[in-house]
Amino acid sequence: MRLEILKTYKIFIGGAFPRTESGRYYTPLDKKGQPLANMCLSSRKDFRNAVVAARKAFGSWSEKTAFNRGQILYRIAEMLEGRKAQFVEELVKQGSTDAKAKQEVELAIDRCVYYAGWCDKYQQVFSSVNPVASSHFNFSALEPMGVVGIIAPQANGLIGLVSTILPVIAGGNACVVLASENLPLCAITFAEVLATSDLTGGVVNILTGTEKELVEQFHSHMDVNAVVYAGGNREYGLAIESGADCNVKRVFIYENDFTKETDENPYYITDLQELKTTWHPIENVGGATSSY
Amino acid sequence: MTKKKHKEEVLFNFNGGWDYSPSPESTGHVKLKERYDLYIDGKFVAPNSGKYFPTTNPATEKVLAQVAHADESDVDKAVKAARKAYENVWSKLSAKERGKYIYRIARLMQEKARELAVVETLDAGKTIRESRDVDVPLACNHFFYYAGWADKLAYAFPNRTVSSLGVAGQIIPWNFPLLMAAWKIAPALAAGNTVVLKPAETTPLTAMLLAEIIHESGLPAGVVNILTGYGDTGAAIVNHPDINKIAFTGSTQVGKIIQKAVAGTGKKLTLELGGKSANILFEDAPIDQAVEGIVNGIFFNQGHVCCAGSRLFVQESVAEEVIQKLKDRLDTLYVGDPLDKNTDIGAINSREQLDTIRKYIKIGKDEGASMYESSCEIPKTGYFVRPTLFTDVAQSSRIAQEEIFGPVLTIQTFRTIDEVIQKANNSPYGLAAGVWTDKGSRIFNMTSKLRAGVIWANTYNKFDPTSPFGGYKESGFGREGGLQGLGAYLRMENGELQN
Repeated sequence: MRLEILKTYKIFIGGAFPRTESGRYYTPLDKKGQPLANMCLSSRKDFRNAVVAARKAFGSWSEKTAFNRGQILYRIAEMLEGRKAQFVEELVKQGSTDAKAKQEVELAIDRCVYYAGWCDKYQQVFSSVNPVASSHFNFSALEPMGVVGIIAPQANGLIGLVSTILPVIAGGNACVVLASENLPLCAITFAEVLATSDLTGGVVNILTGTEKELVEQFHSHMDVNAVVYAGGNREYGLAIESGADCNVKRVFIYENDFTKETDENPYYITDLQELKTTWHPIENVGGATSSY
Repeated sequence: MTKKKHKEEVLFNFNGGWDYSPSPESTGHVKLKERYDLYIDGKFVAPNSGKYFPTTNPATEKVLAQVAHADESDVDKAVKAARKAYENVWSKLSAKERGKYIYRIARLMQEKARELAVVETLDAGKTIRESRDVDVPLACNHFFYYAGWADKLAYAFPNRTVSSLGVAGQIIPWNFPLLMAAWKIAPALAAGNTVVLKPAETTPLTAMLLAEIIHESGLPAGVVNILTGYGDTGAAIVNHPDINKIAFTGSTQVGKIIQKAVAGTGKKLTLELGGKSANILFEDAPIDQAVEGIVNGIFFNQGHVCCAGSRLFVQESVAEEVIQKLKDRLDTLYVGDPLDKNTDIGAINSREQLDTIRKYIKIGKDEGASMYESSCEIPKTGYFVRPTLFTDVAQSSRIAQEEIFGPVLTIQTFRTIDEVIQKANNSPYGLAAGVWTDKGSRIFNMTSKLRAGVIWANTYNKFDPTSPFGGYKESGFGREGGLQGLGAYLRMENGELQN
């Protein structure tokens, strides 16, 4: 009989897989009470390191062409498809049924394709040329907010995670994500998918650990521009909303579970976008009109 | 043929100092009341407390009128009126009719434009040239623009079903009193909400004239309620449980307090806060035009502009020339009677703000920066400051980091494009920025890298109702103006398509 090689689940920061700097771990259990794995119990310091990595990655990621971002998101779908069996197995290990697990993985893959397609389209749908009443050319275009903190849904360890990350990075942001506390396995395996998808290192950073310990970091860190809270705990949601004033963070609380078709739309992208309006004078000399 | 001798006689001396004769706008047409009450539920009513406070002309320090101080009970009364009007009248009215009321308000404002401009200048200290040519026309146009949106909302946000929010609480600042009221009220009404608005305590008069115009327009009672008062009045609006939306324009400090107060209440929030905007001048820019733009960027409205171009970055190769031209230009600016049509810089809005500006000028000197101020005379009474600029300013200097909100410009130099992008973005604020260069590709490089909500290239301080305005970072969130400005006043749900 061959002894199975067990996987060490680490965290994902700056495109690398370090262990938590704290050396701590926690052990989520499956439905039968058996340990799933020893997961990294990420610390405040891990969070700060992840923000540094995200800030560093933000510039180059946001300046990639929209087409290129779309290509990379599509590549994520390809990598996910190739590892389908592994995700199904992990979801089942964490308490899902075969059928439900398969459904969740397929939805996650299709959602990657969905947002891959939006990368070079949302700008056209939501930007505008503004007909100002003076001799100026004036237009408004969307730009990513910067570094986004995401607390992924507690239920549905894969689809919740994927659905909150994808619109954020499709729009050119970088993010620091806290995975579901009790269903964390797919998050780290998804990080392995990201690491092999040509995604710039640091664009997505994934931590495992507890909301209780890290929630304050999300709203108090001065270099985080926005927070997406999908963890479902009202108390933590309120803590984020009321702590966000320190640097006027934008806060979005999503209460849906992301399992439905309607849980994907371009407004999840535009939530994490700033609108920039640019003015330039138009020369006004001579009498010729355009009616030649 | 005798040759006529060429005359060498000098007819005009262009080198000497020219003076304009005073040309004050007449105030005879304007009849201010002695006392202004609160506008609640379509009626002008005394405040429950019976308390009034004076509003003064900052150019003369004379009291213009007494204004009601609304307390929590007045706010509650106004919110109840707004709720009732929302439930019973405004939300039931067809969108077309709603739009027509807003058009009517716009027209009435145009008819009374001169009166509004004069009162704005009296109460706020801003020059008549600006209130007449900028504030009032833009305010009217804002109502015109949003009036037309009322029955077209379904086209604004693809695949969303939109509906109004309910009662909007709106708190506005003293720098553009009437214009900010228009920015707030027009989109709120177009989107189908009712309004409780509070103007700033130093500039309540044009808001009360607007209340009279709204009353004259026949807008159903309670749809717009206007309450004058201080910070406590604003706090009562922010904390009222039956308000669905808060829109605030003002300081970042107060904005943060509001963000915290609103947390967890489900109230929709937009904040338009402070700024310390960079104005960047490259060596290839048309220097004379740029100097005019810089002057407009910082001295427009006495520098009481949240998006003022208060940090000037000049490329080193042209710094000497630009700074000299700026100093020369500073000396030609007329500071004085805001009602005079020749005046470039009017009165500082309040004693308190005057103290703040003086404090920062002192800080600048203490920090070792070199100060230059115009040599102009300033009136003996009233709140006035000479236009001032600082050179030798460090990036870490408080006058380069903190919002002064006055006619004070800091000047720093740079060599490379990377350096200036870093310096410009090195601020907690992100409201606006300016770029001056003749090179098109550089404009787009700069405008895409500057982290700010409004970028003016080869121009500055331009505004339009169709043009969304608002900041990045600690300059707030949400946009006002344009299609995007409607979003702040609408509830959006999934549309007919699946996703």
